Amino acid sequence: MAKLAGYRRPYPGTQPDHLHPPYVSSIKRSPSKSLVHLPHTLSEVTGPLFDASLVDVKACDLTRQHKGEPLGERITVSGRVIDENGRPVRNTLIEIWQANAAGRYMHKVDQHNAPLDPNFAGCGRALTDGEGRYKFVTIRPGEYPWRNHYNAWRPAHIHFSLFGPAFATRLVTQMYFPGDPLLPYDPIFNCTSDQKARNRLISVFDWETTVPDESLGYKFDIVLNGRESTPWEE
Amino acid sequence: MSLQATTSQTVGPYFRIGMTWLFKDDLTGPGIAGERVVISGKVLDADGHGVSDAVLEFWQANAQGKYAHPDDRPHKSEEPGFTGFGRVPTAEDGNFRFTTIKPGGVPGPDGKFQAPHIVVSVFMRGLLKRLITRIYFPGEPANASDFALNLVDSARRGTLIAKQSAQDNTALEWNVVLQGPAETVFFDC
Repeated sequence: MAKLAGYRRPYPGTQPDHLHPPYVSSIKRSPSKSLVHLPHTLSEVTGPLFDASLVDVKACDLTRQHKGEPLGERITVSGRVIDENGRPVRNTLIEIWQANAAGRYMHKVDQHNAPLDPNFAGCGRALTDGEGRYKFVTIRPGEYPWRNHYNAWRPAHIHFSLFGPAFATRLVTQMYFPGDPLLPYDPIFNCTSDQKARNRLISVFDWETTVPDESLGYKFDIVLNGRESTPWEE
Repeated sequence: MSLQATTSQTVGPYFRIGMTWLFKDDLTGPGIAGERVVISGKVLDADGHGVSDAVLEFWQANAQGKYAHPDDRPHKSEEPGFTGFGRVPTAEDGNFRFTTIKPGGVPGPDGKFQAPHIVVSVFMRGLLKRLITRIYFPGEPANASDFALNLVDSARRGTLIAKQSAQDNTALEWNVVLQGPAETVFFDC
């Protein structure tokens, strides 16, 4: 039987620990015992794959899901999904969700005193193309308060969920905006010790994808775990 | 130098907005072979309170031990209609429930078959990165020689094996205990 090539483990400091006390919700929800190191087996190097029939092509435009236009600043968010070996991650599912321009999610749990926008649900999805590229049209999300600590506000962000080619490449992350003054105070953004890793969560303003008279462009590239080189046959 | 994987962040409390469309609590379907099982349980925090805002994802092989993925060995054919993927949120009290078929054994790294199992990702507010665990099946002789189970301290191995429901012999119970003496085994993988 051929040995399976596994996926790379994270570089030290580039991924958060489960327990990060400044993020108060992590205290009662993080494991206290050591994780058990599991070499990747067939169960981890395979994973769910989703094809184009599942994803409506219009699902990548969050501004055209309702009768009217949503309020707020229209933006495009685009980029590439690649792996740690620099290869494009093709035809992979991306799900996004976010608050509206006023900083309110269309979710019953969100009771922030800011208006809902009937023309903005805040969810989108797309498959990457043959080069790993994706693009969403949306509204710049607002900052909003939360109860983590006194006068706590989340910086503007968009949630991203990606599958990649394997169970081992599953990633949920958040994209932030350049120059957001709340970033230094946010315990979620700051959960990772490596500053460069943190800063890669901040999108980059991009003239190339800025459309005249229409929308500003932000670039956000995402890197998924890369595969180790194939080992010799046994 | 190679690139570094993007940092994980929490799904937060509002993941339903983006994830509900792909909720799937029944992995079976017409003509899908295998023994049907209902697996239900609870996600519990350090105080033993049910977690109302978690989402679990499942990945498994079909009854013949074939994953619907090109990296699985090609001499077994895929089963149309069976993807092996499920995603369920927890309810207000922390309960979740899904229906599937018991997977077949799949190859392990030591040349032996792994015992039937389902791999699980757990996401929730408070988790900056997912938790990874496995569900094994009770009364399964292959559990004794399973590669992953044998990496785990024997006193904790039971947290990975579902229990037969006292009420219903086709139902299994399996909880996710996030922290504490009965903490579920989570894998680094």
